[in-house]
Amino acid sequence: MAVDTLERAWAAAARVVDPELPMLTLIDLGVLRDIAVDDDGAVVAAITPTYSGCPAMAAMRDDLLREFQDAGLEDARVRVALEPAWTTDWITPEGRAALATAGISPPGAAPRRGGPVAISLLPTRRAVHCPQCGSADVELSSEFGSTACKAMYRCRACLEPFDHVKEI
Amino acid sequence: MAEVHTHAEGEHDNAYAGLLVNDAHWAFGTDFEDPLAGVDTTVPDGVDPAELAAYCLMLGDDALVFSQRLSEWCSNAPDLEEDIALANIALDLLGQARLLLARAAAADPSIVPVLPDGSPVPDEDRLAYFRDDQHFRNVRLAEVPTGDFAEIIARVLLFSTWRLALFERLSRSRDAVLAAVAAKGVKELSYHRDYVGRWFLVLAQGTDESRSRLLAAVNGLWPFTGELFSTHAVERSLAEAGAGVDPAEVRDEVLGVLVHVFEASEVTPPPSGTLAGVQGRLGRDGVHTEALSRMLAEMQVVARAHPEGRW
Repeated sequence: MAVDTLERAWAAAARVVDPELPMLTLIDLGVLRDIAVDDDGAVVAAITPTYSGCPAMAAMRDDLLREFQDAGLEDARVRVALEPAWTTDWITPEGRAALATAGISPPGAAPRRGGPVAISLLPTRRAVHCPQCGSADVELSSEFGSTACKAMYRCRACLEPFDHVKEI
Repeated sequence: MAEVHTHAEGEHDNAYAGLLVNDAHWAFGTDFEDPLAGVDTTVPDGVDPAELAAYCLMLGDDALVFSQRLSEWCSNAPDLEEDIALANIALDLLGQARLLLARAAAADPSIVPVLPDGSPVPDEDRLAYFRDDQHFRNVRLAEVPTGDFAEIIARVLLFSTWRLALFERLSRSRDAVLAAVAAKGVKELSYHRDYVGRWFLVLAQGTDESRSRLLAAVNGLWPFTGELFSTHAVERSLAEAGAGVDPAEVRDEVLGVLVHVFEASEVTPPPSGTLAGVQGRLGRDGVHTEALSRMLAEMQVVARAHPEGRW
């Protein structure tokens, strides 16, 4: 019974997309951390914010609860998982492909941390390719973009601007 | 042919549809969503709940007040990219503030301002909008009135370098909530500090005008830095309990990073000199400059006029 509920819950959750990156499901984005069935048979989904100020958390919760309801899982709730902190390394291969198809450059490997963080006074070096034409001749225009998780680049070859999901 | 991804409901395509999802919520805040929903907020053994709450208010108020100052740049920055960058930094800090104020309220509910029965205002918004200036525990660097672009670059450099050093240590706090908030904050603050560090270099090596404005900003802000490393009794107590960080501990590391940026920019650090408190009381004690009162008046006026406002 619980196994069946869990399968239906995952299937329902797989339909929920990120409000700001709608080409990605919450699973692709790595934001949906866990789904469990508690002792009373209620579905409990755990989501984690991409950035502390992520304004999409309420929308994600509402979308998850609606999909659970549509799947006949009336008794469901969403909890916040703060730890471990979200990293772009959790974006799935399918998610990375979907980003590239949508014209958004997927992130490279997240920086490894431990101990004091060194300051970098030179532009962040990344192996970024233009998602439009594939050229590696690109330049950073800003480390901050239309959402907290993106940096802005432009391609010197095809001259198109594009977003890059920055590594955290 | 490529498959086109569409939503049958089109919920995110229509700005009005989303308004009907939740029946009603407080008109000026963060919705009913609890930022700590399902998070274990049990206070660890050996940590005083009231002191933990006071400590979370300190770190939360630093972020809240500085976020409000950064937000004043929205639509006022020199160009679109910088406008968006400053707004992003403000949003990250607001997110940190929200979690920290919520954590403070969960540790000691008695600190949350009381509103009329049935008020829909969540705890972290009550703390943000319904406390007076003397109850804010932020360092005074955060509240300095907004100056020019050089001023905000210099101030974010001082603030983010200091906060990053604190949070890197705080990520090992015995309080799991504080540790998680700090670990996440480290990633954000690293971006903030890199961004302003590069601008600091550009302004210092740019024109005579940009350099003179940057030097004026550094000289004007420097007296606020002494307070960053001054240990409040609550900070000492939390540090001893393994849940907080004594800010005096991060002084050498912070100054080391700043000197590195200053040297690369050929800027001489100003002689030390600290803005005095009132009978030894500083921002952490609730003693602030007049600027905070004015800022809060603007930030809080609409919320206070409609403590039960819904839409």
